[in-house]
Amino acid sequence: MTSILKANSIEPEGATTTITIGETGQNVVIGADSIKNNVMKDAGGNAIFTSNGSGVLSGVNAGFGSAQVLISTTTVSTAVANISFTSGIDSTYKEYVFEYITLNPATDSVELQFQVSSDGGSSYGMNTTSTYFRAYHTPDNSAALVGYTTGRDVANSTAFVPMGFDLGNDADQAASGVLHIFNPSSTTYVKHYYGRISMQQDSDAAFDGYVGGYINVGATAINAVRFKMSSGNINAGTIKMYGIK
Amino acid sequence: MATLKTKAIQPSTGTNVNLGTSGDAVLLSSDSIQTNLYKDAGGNTIFQSDGAGTLSNVNSAMSGAGPKLITSTTAPAGTSSISFTSGLGDYDHLMFVFTEIQHSNDDRFLSFQVSTDGGSSYGIAMTSTFFYANHMWSWSNAATLGYDTSRDLANSTSYQKLTQSSDNGGTITGANASGIMHLFGCASTTYVKQWYARVGNIYYIQGVYDNFIAGYVNTTSAVNAINFKPDSNTFKGTIKMYGIA
Repeated sequence: MTSILKANSIEPEGATTTITIGETGQNVVIGADSIKNNVMKDAGGNAIFTSNGSGVLSGVNAGFGSAQVLISTTTVSTAVANISFTSGIDSTYKEYVFEYITLNPATDSVELQFQVSSDGGSSYGMNTTSTYFRAYHTPDNSAALVGYTTGRDVANSTAFVPMGFDLGNDADQAASGVLHIFNPSSTTYVKHYYGRISMQQDSDAAFDGYVGGYINVGATAINAVRFKMSSGNINAGTIKMYGIK
Repeated sequence: MATLKTKAIQPSTGTNVNLGTSGDAVLLSSDSIQTNLYKDAGGNTIFQSDGAGTLSNVNSAMSGAGPKLITSTTAPAGTSSISFTSGLGDYDHLMFVFTEIQHSNDDRFLSFQVSTDGGSSYGIAMTSTFFYANHMWSWSNAATLGYDTSRDLANSTSYQKLTQSSDNGGTITGANASGIMHLFGCASTTYVKQWYARVGNIYYIQGVYDNFIAGYVNTTSAVNAINFKPDSNTFKGTIKMYGIA
């Protein structure tokens, strides 16, 4: 037995394609700076992760990471009429979370709204019933309250659902918040949702809005979600869609 | 040669040892593989250990999108404030979790302010809302949903209260405040920064408050530090800062 084998390359013998190093009870220590390979498998041959050689991983074992999985991100740098998520909403997750960060509207005093689709985004307008309440406070102390807003709820309507209203379009005004939608792929139950928004109204009032409700389609799966302003474009901002394991 | 026995394998020239060629598998039949740095075939780091089990440079596909703990601070009794002065700009969504916040004195409030100079000073103008549900189960048996105009801010540089007057454990053994606060877009130099929180506390004369607080930091400068403290005296408890990718 040699103590140190010096070679630049070690390959399988003959026509075989496997090199086996060590035996049960032994350890393989990589004293070198690093180990490099693209596919990491366990001893049973199950892939733990695969790299494309450029640092992009796929097939990452579910044991890694958290229970919240980022599915897609849309960042608006040039004004758009809406932000839609038309893929990735399926039975993989029972809960989907949409986080919107510093959405700035092109038009002053508008609502941020959402609706859903059962045809992959070809059309949006499922019947929904919702509640809406909010608190707001003006920076000059002229108004401050919490209360239900009947004008912002929807009653088994196909209209877009308000998440916040009177959103200002000043260069520094924006809205941030979250919307949860539960089990959109169910073909048995209606789909519940709730959200909270923190935003700056056109009057510079701080606004804390709460929407909750259900999409009144038990037998139909939801597979797309759209966000838009009640009028005009979305100037800028980011919306991320997560699935919760 | 079917089996080669050796204690070490080193390059005969240069610094690389290649095991197998494309299409081959290197099978480690041993109990483990030990290395600090794992790269893909292109030389991109997948993860790195410091040799003591602490990983860094973990590929994002393995780290997940859920809340990632950035800093945790557990303050002993007598602490005047807890500050986070780094990492705020690394995520566009931060989450702060407060647990077991207990004041040294009765009738005190948990509050926060932010900084744009790394924590040298705290006092950026904020406008906010503050409403609550309470149940004075022992004192008056009242149960109310209401807005509190004395706890909100109107473009003020004062600290924002996140609770109502809290019991310091003198009335209800173990009384404390706990809750979660979300802060968006700290690194933005375009938009004001939205935030919202929900915090529960035990009222100092026996009752429970569920507090809903939201607002915006009225600056287009990047926010790079945050400070939590009682409105006076000292406190103890744990505050954790998470980033959500």
